Amino acid sequence: MAEYLPICDIRLLTMSLKALTWTALGGRGFRLPQVLAIYRANSTAQQTLEVKSIIHQKRETAYLGGGPKRIQGQHKKGKLTARERISLLCDEGTFVEYDTFAEHTCTDFGMEKEKYPGDSVVTGHGLINGRPAYIFSQDFTVFGGSLSSIHAKKICKIMDQAMLVGAPVIGLNDSGGARIQEGVESLAGYADIFQRNVEASGVVPQISLIMGPCAGGAVYSPALTDFTFMVKDTSYLFITGPDVVKSVTNEDVTFEELGGSKTHTTVSGVAHRAFENDVEALLMLRSLMGFLPRSNKQPAPIRVCEDPWDRDVPGLDTVVPLETTDAYDMMDVILSTVDERDFFEIMPAYAKNIITGFARMNGRTIGIVANQPKVAAGCLDIDSSVKGGRFVRFCDSFDIPIITFVDVPGFLPGTAQEYGGIIRHGAKLLYAYAEATVPKITVITRKAYGGAYDVMSSKHLRGDKNYAWPTAEIAVMGAKGAVSILYRGKENVQQYEQEYIKKFGNPFPAAVRGFVDDIIEPRTTRRRICEDLALLSNKSLKNPYKKHGNIPL
Amino acid sequence: MSMISKNKILNVLFLYNYGQKVAFRRCFSVSAGSRQFDYSTDPIDPSEPTFDKILIANRGEIACRVIKTAKRMGIKTVAVHSIVDSSALHVKLADESICIGPAPARESYLNMEKILEAVRTTGSQAVHPGYGFLSENAEFVKILENENVAFIGPNAHAITGMGDKIHSKVIAKKAGVNIIPGFDGVVEGEDHCIEISRQIGYPVMIKASAGGGGKGMRIAWNDKEAREGFRLSKQEAASSFGDDRMLVEKFVDNPRHIEIQVLGDKYGNAVYLNERECSIQRRNQKVIEEAPSTFLDPETRKAMGEQAVSLAKNIGYGSAGTVEFLVDPQKNFYFLEMNTRLQVEHPITEAITGVDLVHQMIRVAKGHKLKLRQEDIPIRGWAIESRVYAEDPFKNFGLPSIGRLHRYIEPIHLPGVRCDSGIEEGSEISIYYDPMICKLVTYADTREEAIKRSLNALDHYVIRGVTHNIPLLRSILTQPRFISGDINTKFLPTVYPDGFHGVDLSAGERNNLAAIAACMWAKDDVRSRGTTDSISIIPTKWQLVATILDQEVHMEVRKQSCGNFEVIVDGAHMNIQGNISFGEPVLELKVGESSYVVQLISKNPTGTLRLRFEGTPFNVKVVTSKAHDLLKLMPEKPKLDTSKVVLSPMPGMVKSVNCTVGETVVEGQELLVIEAMKMQNKLVAGSAGKVKAVHCKPGQAVDDEALLVELE
Repeated sequence: MAEYLPICDIRLLTMSLKALTWTALGGRGFRLPQVLAIYRANSTAQQTLEVKSIIHQKRETAYLGGGPKRIQGQHKKGKLTARERISLLCDEGTFVEYDTFAEHTCTDFGMEKEKYPGDSVVTGHGLINGRPAYIFSQDFTVFGGSLSSIHAKKICKIMDQAMLVGAPVIGLNDSGGARIQEGVESLAGYADIFQRNVEASGVVPQISLIMGPCAGGAVYSPALTDFTFMVKDTSYLFITGPDVVKSVTNEDVTFEELGGSKTHTTVSGVAHRAFENDVEALLMLRSLMGFLPRSNKQPAPIRVCEDPWDRDVPGLDTVVPLETTDAYDMMDVILSTVDERDFFEIMPAYAKNIITGFARMNGRTIGIVANQPKVAAGCLDIDSSVKGGRFVRFCDSFDIPIITFVDVPGFLPGTAQEYGGIIRHGAKLLYAYAEATVPKITVITRKAYGGAYDVMSSKHLRGDKNYAWPTAEIAVMGAKGAVSILYRGKENVQQYEQEYIKKFGNPFPAAVRGFVDDIIEPRTTRRRICEDLALLSNKSLKNPYKKHGNIPL
Repeated sequence: MSMISKNKILNVLFLYNYGQKVAFRRCFSVSAGSRQFDYSTDPIDPSEPTFDKILIANRGEIACRVIKTAKRMGIKTVAVHSIVDSSALHVKLADESICIGPAPARESYLNMEKILEAVRTTGSQAVHPGYGFLSENAEFVKILENENVAFIGPNAHAITGMGDKIHSKVIAKKAGVNIIPGFDGVVEGEDHCIEISRQIGYPVMIKASAGGGGKGMRIAWNDKEAREGFRLSKQEAASSFGDDRMLVEKFVDNPRHIEIQVLGDKYGNAVYLNERECSIQRRNQKVIEEAPSTFLDPETRKAMGEQAVSLAKNIGYGSAGTVEFLVDPQKNFYFLEMNTRLQVEHPITEAITGVDLVHQMIRVAKGHKLKLRQEDIPIRGWAIESRVYAEDPFKNFGLPSIGRLHRYIEPIHLPGVRCDSGIEEGSEISIYYDPMICKLVTYADTREEAIKRSLNALDHYVIRGVTHNIPLLRSILTQPRFISGDINTKFLPTVYPDGFHGVDLSAGERNNLAAIAACMWAKDDVRSRGTTDSISIIPTKWQLVATILDQEVHMEVRKQSCGNFEVIVDGAHMNIQGNISFGEPVLELKVGESSYVVQLISKNPTGTLRLRFEGTPFNVKVVTSKAHDLLKLMPEKPKLDTSKVVLSPMPGMVKSVNCTVGETVVEGQELLVIEAMKMQNKLVAGSAGKVKAVHCKPGQAVDDEALLVELE
């Protein structure tokens, strides 16, 4: 009995797997009992070997995606294949695949004749610098990477796993869109992914890297993730392509103009950054992952820091020009302050009047938000508020302390801004800062005027440490504006201006009220922040219970 | 344990005291190889009466230099500064400071009224002018005289006599100094210039009568160049000196530029302090100077020195001054000009003579007699000065660059190194003033040792935030021709006929650089995988490919148990020793048997490490061999066709735009002129074509690489 059972098992397995063989044998006039007898006589070993070989064969086929010709085509376009991308993204030999043998179930339009093991997406998990991540990589060589129901199921499976385990989800998008042959099945697939994107939001980091086309409904998955990156010249994101645009609005527009990386990183703000090519994009992504925690339940990783945490930065003493109207580069401040000048900027080309990005202080991940006086005087406008607000919320979701460098003359005035809704958009940044419970450290380098002062992580919005440099001016507005209201119609305006500057053009009015905790020498900024971060690492602050707040979207 | 540390402390204290004692001794007798700077020849006599307070009418390194000696003499110092210089080093070093106007020199450092006001307000008894600005302005000296304020420099008569190049030749001739053939008068126009040039015979030198420092100076080999040179030099002279008188003289080909330092007092005494060899120049501006010169024999030195002293005495020269000579390969020397001021390169003379020139200038200005006699002045050891500039040496041997120094460390911890600079970490190099960062002087017993110290000092010099010329300086110091002393004013164009492109790496050096970069990459990889929540085993072996200037080096890197790395290239095993740290600005590493001082300037996540190696910054791309294979599949992005556009070669001001949209231009046609640091650079069309767009207008400030003109 004990000997017999396994044989029986194998036979049954073989029988079910080898339906084709049955037909073939039956066709030659063998009756079922005879066939069974042949199998028993010829031993089941052959069967086992055959299955093995088929598994091997299928796997090999899966690895080749749409076949050598299509791979060549992919390379010709300057793009890597789905698997090549994964191999670069993950530490060598750490990628473990799911559903290599999954196939689509479509039987219309002759689809049943064309099947590829794994279908048009590769899914699994791997290690990125020793830290787990779940990855899906759409395979453009199989049906143009189109989304079938099995494709969607594969993605959903790893997303569910990622949330269960607590590991980021990385999507490498390269897909022509919905699998039209599957109709509504494909649409359902998208929606399943969207639902999971939303559920995973704030639970695990979700990153999208657009490495080819991404059009139609497909664009909403990247849009729901935390960060969307693009590859220059080879990736596109749009709701409808240039042809449809032409037929509907009669606009002539190229792929690149409509949805290329330049458009989305500079004009629309849909993408957070673009990279030169596939290889660079994947290497940069590896670097970004090194800043992020695995999930909202785990702290961000700490890396060994070789840059002395208590290093004085004498250059910061002179970075702010003596003339208060002169511009300077806030990037100088950021790079000199953080570990090893290592700063991963998010949205470097969009709303450049605010800088956002990740860095480390004494090895700990921090998020940086900073006004950029070099661009539009560092004012807050619609785009910069939205950019800053979203970044602050990401940091707060994943327990990343926020360092804010403030040099803001106020919100940008004008009809364009008012009509565009600066009030509700500006409120996003305000909401994000006010809601954030992570450690918040603020350094006012120069101007902190008006409502923008309040918004930029002020003491009043539960800032933990608020510092002013000696050059700080915290006031309702600049001297000129203030005097024109206070002394309307009066002569001697200049004298009043001087008076105002003397009174408010310094950090004391805020310092005497405790709105800044200290006035610090700029050169000590790095040391102070490192000390504070260590102190605040156990900060515990909770917002009142609610289903969720109602951010002014 | 405590014994050892105590001994160490005692040792340090002893060395410190010893150093001080040595500084006051007249004769130097420390063992060879440890020569250090000192002012032991006629040191400061604290009992000698001097000024109570002096004002330094200058900025930058020279203001700092003067302040240092004044402090040692117990004199209070006053700095003047423009608005942009408000937090400059010279302001911090001085006891008092006064703002004298906006950034442009004309409105501040050249503004005599403002400076006089500062003198009066602060009650300064004397003014040291430094070099440049008002240092050779006779009117300024006269005004000070009327105010009863001492000018720490020569009298107005000497300045007038020597300041005018036409007049100075006449005086020099009278004093028995050898003269170059030329035209003794003012050139009246382009045609006149050509006429004279033909008379003298090409090549000729066209230069501003009031000029100096290479500004307003051009060589012409034919009529066309004479015409153009005259026009451009005249413009430069007008903007730099406010005096556009020009003169023409015979151009001595392949000459050396050797100058004699003289020192006189108000009583007709004068001595010479030997020579400085200043032949390494680009565009008539000195790059590397040394003292003494390898070329002069004692007889020539004496002859030149005596002529220089004769000239000084003849004009009643009562301060420190420099008589410049051109010396041809047959050791014939011709008077070039006399600089009636403290020269930029004076520290090398101070090094080899032990005389503090600023001290002597202040003494004689106060009315003291020279104590030094000619026979008191030694030549001891060898000194080399490298002028470290904020310049891009890859463009025409140096075009100005600007920026903020976010990291700046002078190598003054090394033996025999002196750095004269007026900047510090955080300083801004602006377009308003001279782009000099520092004068790096090294001093040793022998020339060979001085060169070695210079190389080491340049390697340890940390300058981040601006492009600088250390790559060129270091390369010059390693050239066989330099080492053998075979130099002249054409050194740079001869040694680097196609311009300077950075140090040439041998295959072995390239492998060593690749190995260093690969180890850094591996170390970073180890660190990235060793974060607090990593769950992987850290690798100890990597297959890496480094690409340096399009050359690939394939390597296997192994981490050894001791923490050091081993790199295998083409079957050869190399051990890389030393501490690779991402927090240290300078790394001393050993690759096999070779030692290197390397600076990691930056690195990015895509594997590009910017490393300063043998002085030159290299971009080394390090990737795993897998990534390397995949990178090959990536398409080359089209590059901007530079023949169809004109980009600004440096940050500066658009002086003039000489083309309009729609105009057809020929290749090489001048399209616009950019002025930066008072230097005019004409930009020409890279190819023939129609002007498609002009993106700038005169007076506009432009960035480096800014798109100025587009051609169709």
